[in-house]
Amino acid sequence: MVRLVGMALGLVFCFVLAWAFLVPREATQPDPVKLLHREPKEVSWPHTGPFGKFDRAQLQRGFQVYKEVCSSCHGLYHVHYRDLEKIGFTPAQVKAIAAEYEVPAIDPNTGETITRPALPTDKFYRPFPNEQAARAANNNAYPPDLSLIIKARKNGESYVYSLLTGYGEEPPPGFEVPDGLNYNPYFHSVNIAMAQPLVDGQVEYADGTPATVDQMAKDVVAFLRWAAEPELEVRRRVGLASLLFLSILAVLSYLTYRRVWADVKP
Amino acid sequence: MSFPWAEQYEPKSPFMKWLDSRLPLPRLVFNAVGPGYPVPRNLNFFYNFGVLAGFALLVQIITGIVLAMHYSAHIDTAFASIEHIMRDVNQGWLIRYLHMNGASFFFIVVYVHIFRGLYYGSYKAPREIVWMLGVVILLLMMATAFMGYVLPWGQMSFWGAQVITSLFSAIPLVGEPIRQWLVGGFAPDNATITRFFSLHYVLPFVILGVVILKVWALHIPGSTNPTGIDVKGPQDTLPFHPYFTAKDFFTLTLYLIAFVAVSFFIPNALGHPDNYIPANPLSTPEHIVPEWYLLPFYAILRAFTVDLLFVPAKLWGVIAMFASILLLLFLPWLDTSRVRSANYRPVYRIFFWLLVVDVLVLGYVGAMPAEEPYVRIGQLATMYYFAHFLIILPIVSAVEKPLPLPNSIAEAVLGKSAAQVAAAPSGGVVAQPAE
Repeated sequence: MVRLVGMALGLVFCFVLAWAFLVPREATQPDPVKLLHREPKEVSWPHTGPFGKFDRAQLQRGFQVYKEVCSSCHGLYHVHYRDLEKIGFTPAQVKAIAAEYEVPAIDPNTGETITRPALPTDKFYRPFPNEQAARAANNNAYPPDLSLIIKARKNGESYVYSLLTGYGEEPPPGFEVPDGLNYNPYFHSVNIAMAQPLVDGQVEYADGTPATVDQMAKDVVAFLRWAAEPELEVRRRVGLASLLFLSILAVLSYLTYRRVWADVKP
Repeated sequence: MSFPWAEQYEPKSPFMKWLDSRLPLPRLVFNAVGPGYPVPRNLNFFYNFGVLAGFALLVQIITGIVLAMHYSAHIDTAFASIEHIMRDVNQGWLIRYLHMNGASFFFIVVYVHIFRGLYYGSYKAPREIVWMLGVVILLLMMATAFMGYVLPWGQMSFWGAQVITSLFSAIPLVGEPIRQWLVGGFAPDNATITRFFSLHYVLPFVILGVVILKVWALHIPGSTNPTGIDVKGPQDTLPFHPYFTAKDFFTLTLYLIAFVAVSFFIPNALGHPDNYIPANPLSTPEHIVPEWYLLPFYAILRAFTVDLLFVPAKLWGVIAMFASILLLLFLPWLDTSRVRSANYRPVYRIFFWLLVVDVLVLGYVGAMPAEEPYVRIGQLATMYYFAHFLIILPIVSAVEKPLPLPNSIAEAVLGKSAAQVAAAPSGGVVAQPAE
């Protein structure tokens, strides 16, 4: 009975699928945007690879690029000022950086809403109070939070680097870039609302590194990788120690297994 | 329970004697996973995956309990609370990555475990209930994993919840009210995340309960073995401890090496980047895909693209997707061959490997966008999936001529003459068949 019902059900499923298989498909036109869209460039950083470590100087340069360029539109929602101590700033420097920003607060004496200088324990200052304000100021585009951008995009670092350095090309003849958008073949729709953010010499690095677009893009991507994965270095260190420990344990447990079974196998 | 030659538990110290007559817990352990449980001596490494699955479940429960201490099940705070765990909770990133990848590893070992059962005929009499409890565990795991994926309230969380719950709206007449009742509203919202959190916390303990039933049911006939023939005497078995505890511990270390390598070095490789974007009901991701372990079933769901026989395509897909798992419950009666192991079933063995390839193809198609040629490949693969279990298996088991079976496990392992020698020193006890 089970087999008869099963076989009938199987035949019905196969019939429906065969029908669906044979139904002719409508011819689809290739999407012109897909032809223009490009895969991200291949780049590597000092922290690339299983043993890589962040270059602290690069992270600080990247923070400078974020602070002087990106932060006018993009927030870093999940990062605190105190976290900057982990990329080599002293507590006094962090305090000074935080104090440059005014954050909303409540006056403890009157209960009125006021602003006060940010503290190291505060999260990074958000350039817009809410999404509506951000859209109103940016031609209805919403600049995304950057604290997770590297994890939130396929090929995270390469993608962001390619996007930042992918401006300046002329779109192919016949391709209209809508008003207020910019042509960038690394963006999924190739028309991005963000105008070219980096130009040569836009920031002045304290350590004398030439501020080329390529250099600034690399630096800020490294900083954003750190912002997305502040645990990266300790994770790799603990992972390596765990693997070492487990490898020794595996050898010992294999020897134990062979010893226990020694009298059994012919 | 078990075989007559199983070692008997003898409490040695006065305290253990006292305890044994009041709460015989050490006796239970002795008979379940100790020297009192005889196991076929010829089990290969594929038989270790059951223990690994149990370990994976415990890892999920322990890491999950810790995560729940820091997680906030509210649409406004869920995403930020995950980032709080990743950044501000001491070793929070470790606990979360272990939990995230632990789910994937749980499914990997369970899928290997299932295919091992299919290859060696572990679902056949007298182990039908062991197998069926396993199918129940698989269903509970899928439900638990799906609800867990919703909890971070990222883009894939939200849209995955939207797609999966909307499957229920395919049921004629009552579908839409059922969907709204499950979701707690017209779309996934705060009511959804709170109930999913509650269920995601409790279901693993239900799984644990079914695991206990499954191990209990397994211990009546004992494990199958690669020859598929029954245990006939003491020369065919070895006590679980120390032989299989030592073997299981070795495989556990290998499992941990793979688990640690992924969790520490490529922790997000098995996930989807869109889930690091907070949920936005107004913006649909380009491709909505479930977690990798549900992809074959997602491919089956999407393979049905035409309305036929008065049934809309969506309903066909939903029926087929549930049928693809539920048919496993009937497998003991679909396969009538009396030979268990595919080692002695030359025709079945070919179809078994075709099924393995077929499920991998389904998984690949499930990850691809719904366009040609993937849709047609998925339709062919889905056809084979159902034909394999519902049509080919009953016919093959009726017409196939199996290879000659060895007389006993000991003979298969040691060779004919050695088996007789091995049987002789067992104190002249006449080997008794297990059944």
